[in-house]
Amino acid sequence: MKNTDTIIIGAGPVGLFAVHQLGIKGLSSIVIDNLDKAGGQCIELYPDKPIYDIPAVPECTGEELTKKLLEQIKPFNTEFYLNERVEEVKQDKDNWIIKTNNKNEFSAPNVIIAGGVGSFEPRKLSIKEAEKFEDKYLFYAVKNKDQFKNKNITIFGGGDSALDWALELSKFSNISLIHRRNEFRGAPHTLSEIKKLQKIGKISIKTPCQLESIEGDEKINSIIIKFDDGKTEKIDTDIILSFFGLIMKLGPIAEWGLNMNKKTIEVNSKNFETNKKGIFAAGDICNYPGKLKLILSGFHEVALASVECFKRARPNEKYRFEFTTSSKTIQQRLGKK
Amino acid sequence: MTKIIYKDSQGNSKTLEVENGLSVMEGALQNDVPGIDADCGGSMACATCHVYVEEKWLNKLPKAEEAEVDMIDMAYEPKKNSRLSCQLIVSDELDGLIITTPAKQS
Repeated sequence: MKNTDTIIIGAGPVGLFAVHQLGIKGLSSIVIDNLDKAGGQCIELYPDKPIYDIPAVPECTGEELTKKLLEQIKPFNTEFYLNERVEEVKQDKDNWIIKTNNKNEFSAPNVIIAGGVGSFEPRKLSIKEAEKFEDKYLFYAVKNKDQFKNKNITIFGGGDSALDWALELSKFSNISLIHRRNEFRGAPHTLSEIKKLQKIGKISIKTPCQLESIEGDEKINSIIIKFDDGKTEKIDTDIILSFFGLIMKLGPIAEWGLNMNKKTIEVNSKNFETNKKGIFAAGDICNYPGKLKLILSGFHEVALASVECFKRARPNEKYRFEFTTSSKTIQQRLGKK
Repeated sequence: MTKIIYKDSQGNSKTLEVENGLSVMEGALQNDVPGIDADCGGSMACATCHVYVEEKWLNKLPKAEEAEVDMIDMAYEPKKNSRLSCQLIVSDELDGLIITTPAKQS
C-alpha cells in the first residue's frame, strides 16, 4: 500500500493541473489513468485539433497543451500509474483506500476524480456472437503480433489503426480489409501502400459493407459481410481485428455511493467536494449549477479543491494563501531560486 | 422555435420545440430525450450523439463535413442516413425534422 496526500483519478488536463495546485501547496499526489499516456481526451480524441479558449494561449493543440502541463508539473516528480483502472474505493477512518485492476493499493485523505466522461475502452462489435470469440479469435487491439502469423485475418475499420495493421500483418498473413464506405481515413502514404498490396493480391479490400455474421463454434471459420446493395459475401477468416475507435465508460465510479446526475458527479461549487468527505470531482465529470465543460473551468475547480485537500491532509497546519510570484516556499517547490 | 421529432429504435416518438441555433443533440439533452449520449459535449470527437435522419430530410440538411463522416465510422451501426446530431443546427428550415436514435450509442 502506498500513502500519498491525494489520489488523482484521470490524467487529462484537469488531473494534471491538480498535481500542480496540490504541489505548490506542498501536497504529494499520484495519478491513475486507464490510457497508456497522460492527456485524456486532449490526447485521445483531438491531439491535432486546435483549442482556442485557454487563457493567454491563443491557439494550441490537445497534444501541445498536454506537453505544457506535463512540463509545468515536472518539479513535483509525481508518479503516474498508466494503463490502470480504479476498481474499488473503501473508507478507512479519515483516509480513502483505492485499489486498481493491477492490484495496486493507495491510501490518502483525498481523492480527486478528474475522470472526464470515464475511462476509454475499445468500441466493440455489436453482433451477438462476437463476445464468445473475444480475446481468442477476435481482438480490439494488437498486443503481440506473432500470434497473427500465417492466418486469414479480417480487419474492420477505415482509420489509421485498421490501415497500419493491415499493412504490417500483410507481411506474413492474408488480409481482408472491410470498411463501411469507399473512402478511408488513414495517412495518404499508408493508403497508397495498401493499394499497391491490393494490386498484387496481398490485401483484399471490401467496401462499402459491414459485418453481417460470424460463423464457427469453438473458433471462427468464416464471416459474412453485407454490401450496401444487399449482396453478401463469405470470407474465410481465422482472426478478426476490429478498430472502431474508443468509447468512454464511467465504470466502477458509478457504484461508489456518490450523488450522481446522469453520468456526472454532483459537487458543491465552493470546494468541489462530493457527498463523501475527502472525495472531490473536477472537470467534465463534475456537475453543479452553471457548470461549463471547459478545460479552464476544470483548472478553477482543482485550484479550489486543492485548498480543502490541504486542510484534510494537514489538519494541524494553518492554510496560508500565497502567490507564486512572491512566495519563496512555492518557488522552492517549483525548483526556482 | 422549431419542431423536431425524436424517435427511438422501438418506435416511440417525442415532438419538441427546440430553439433555433441549438443543435439537435442539445435539444435532446435539455429535454431529457434518451438515446443521445453526447459524451464529448459536441466537439465532434466521439460519435455518441449518432442519429438516423429520415430519408426525405437527408438532402435538405447541410452536407456533413469530412470530419463528421470520419467520426460516423466509429458510430454504433452506422447507415447511409447517419449523422451526428451535434452537427445539425436547428433553424426554420429544419421544421418537422424527424430523426431516429440507434438502439444504443456504445
